[in-house]
Amino acid sequence: MNEAKDVIVVHELTKKFGNFTAVDHISFQVRQGEIFGFLGANGAGKTTAMKILCGLSLPTSGGGTVNGFDLCREQEKIKRNIGYMSQKFSLYADLKVWENIRLFGGIYGLSSKAIREKSEAMLRYLDMTDLRNELVGDLPLGWKQKLAFSIALIHEPAIVFLDEPTGGVDPETRRLFWELIYETAERGTTIFVTTHYMDEAEYCDRVSIMVDGVIADLDTPAALKERHQAADMDAVFRKLAYQAKRE
Amino acid sequence: MKAFFSFIRKEFRHIFRDKRTILIVLVMPVVQIVLFGFAVSTEVHDARVDVVGDAADPAVRRIVEQIDRNPYLHVAAVYPSVGDVAGRMRKGDTDVAVCFERGYDGRLQHDGGASVRVLGDGSDPNTAQMIVNYVNGVLQDTEAAAFPRVQYMYNPSVLSSYNFVPGVMGLILMLVCSMMTAISIVREKENGTMELLLVSPVRPVGVIISKAIPYLALSLVNLATILLLSRFVLGVPLRGSLLLLLFVSALFILASLGLGLLISVISSTQKTALLISGMGLTMPTMIFSGIIFPCESMPVVLQYFSDIIPAKWYIIMVKKVMIEGVGFAYIYPELLMLLMMTVFLLVVSVRLFKRRL
Repeated sequence: MNEAKDVIVVHELTKKFGNFTAVDHISFQVRQGEIFGFLGANGAGKTTAMKILCGLSLPTSGGGTVNGFDLCREQEKIKRNIGYMSQKFSLYADLKVWENIRLFGGIYGLSSKAIREKSEAMLRYLDMTDLRNELVGDLPLGWKQKLAFSIALIHEPAIVFLDEPTGGVDPETRRLFWELIYETAERGTTIFVTTHYMDEAEYCDRVSIMVDGVIADLDTPAALKERHQAADMDAVFRKLAYQAKRE
Repeated sequence: MKAFFSFIRKEFRHIFRDKRTILIVLVMPVVQIVLFGFAVSTEVHDARVDVVGDAADPAVRRIVEQIDRNPYLHVAAVYPSVGDVAGRMRKGDTDVAVCFERGYDGRLQHDGGASVRVLGDGSDPNTAQMIVNYVNGVLQDTEAAAFPRVQYMYNPSVLSSYNFVPGVMGLILMLVCSMMTAISIVREKENGTMELLLVSPVRPVGVIISKAIPYLALSLVNLATILLLSRFVLGVPLRGSLLLLLFVSALFILASLGLGLLISVISSTQKTALLISGMGLTMPTMIFSGIIFPCESMPVVLQYFSDIIPAKWYIIMVKKVMIEGVGFAYIYPELLMLLMMTVFLLVVSVRLFKRRL
């Protein structure tokens, strides 16, 4: 496995809505197997940028590749190679655990045999074998999130995008969730994560902080803290975010 | 293809797991047909008829017997003068009075005609008109020359079920397809599952089609239920071609799906979707499709408005095919109209749906 391979390459990526420039010429690379923290205050443009990376919207100018596929021309291929989990807990609450697994396996074109094997392995791994016939809506939030994360990985994507995955859960559940993220990254899957919790930013290999549509800084948490002479990531974030001019 | 089937299976699960949905979708048509068939019938059963005239007059006696034999009418009493009847009508003891002139039989024999007056209770015009029509019908049968013979084509006993069965078909199909489709799409938006589908390789059109298919299937079940109930419980005939009726219905279902999609695009919560389809679809459909109020009696502006209600054209066609039993050649203007609407609705809604995502 080539550790130095870049799975996300973005060059001068820009998105304008009328006169408003949501994302302003950002450039960065994410390496395979990296946990990449994508931080920014609300309205800084990180959701817009992430939408482009997921193949949901087209950039106004600039471009890049995700897992080698072009952001402007190969959106369908990108979609096949990424996993996605959003802040809103998003599985079907009125479907059972195994039905959800099977649905998303089917959506990503897995064979029935593969789906069966995957769901067995997944349920064992999550220690949820007894819960397979439960409605997802009846599970505690922490379980739901772990399940949603695993399902986002069902087609073995190269990159998984997590949009504030741990919103609204207690610190202990968050810690367990991050263990899951670490294990996934160790297997070579790239993690692209946005979060509002600065302690989580510390867990990332590298962190980018967006302010007003541009990347204000990007480095390892340790380097960022040193450069901005801050005790923790929270202080770094506040120093950078206070430069923001737009609401 | 595999993704597509997983998706359709999921939609069916959503429908069958939610008791309320299944109740609305499968029970409502039955309830509506039964309600309209028996409770909300505009026919009047067992109207009370007072007769004013000479009880000994043979012609009068003949007619009184005739009236009494009619299943919808029964003669309460025979009175010698109109004054007695006026009091009874005021108290609500009688619904209609038939007044024969003095020496009725004699005038009939010698002059070839005698006069009869029918008094209806105008305080309730709809009912009065209905009852007076029944009485007229009986009188026509007894007196050859005095009245024109009226015969109702296609529906000799003027049953209201011949009118409302097509109406209920339009209403139910519209409701199930538009409302349920709209709500199920908006629910995904609300729950955030739509995002998951969008980042997946499933195409937006694929999402739309797989949402539509289960409701299409359910609509066909509804259609079958309504047709069976109307045929075997209400005795409404199906005179035309079943195939043509199915084809017309499929077209209307597609138009309704288009409407549902349109609603799902403009509403962001399930409540909004419900309100829009309730107030914006069901009400206008009830009022302007000719189910309850004839479009011909509306002001011209409203008549033009009623022309843009797809259900109106569908109901006209169902009446023609089911009741009149005519073929394709007689419904093509309406069919063309509905076809244009369907194409328009589908194109616009699919476009908007894709753009909003």
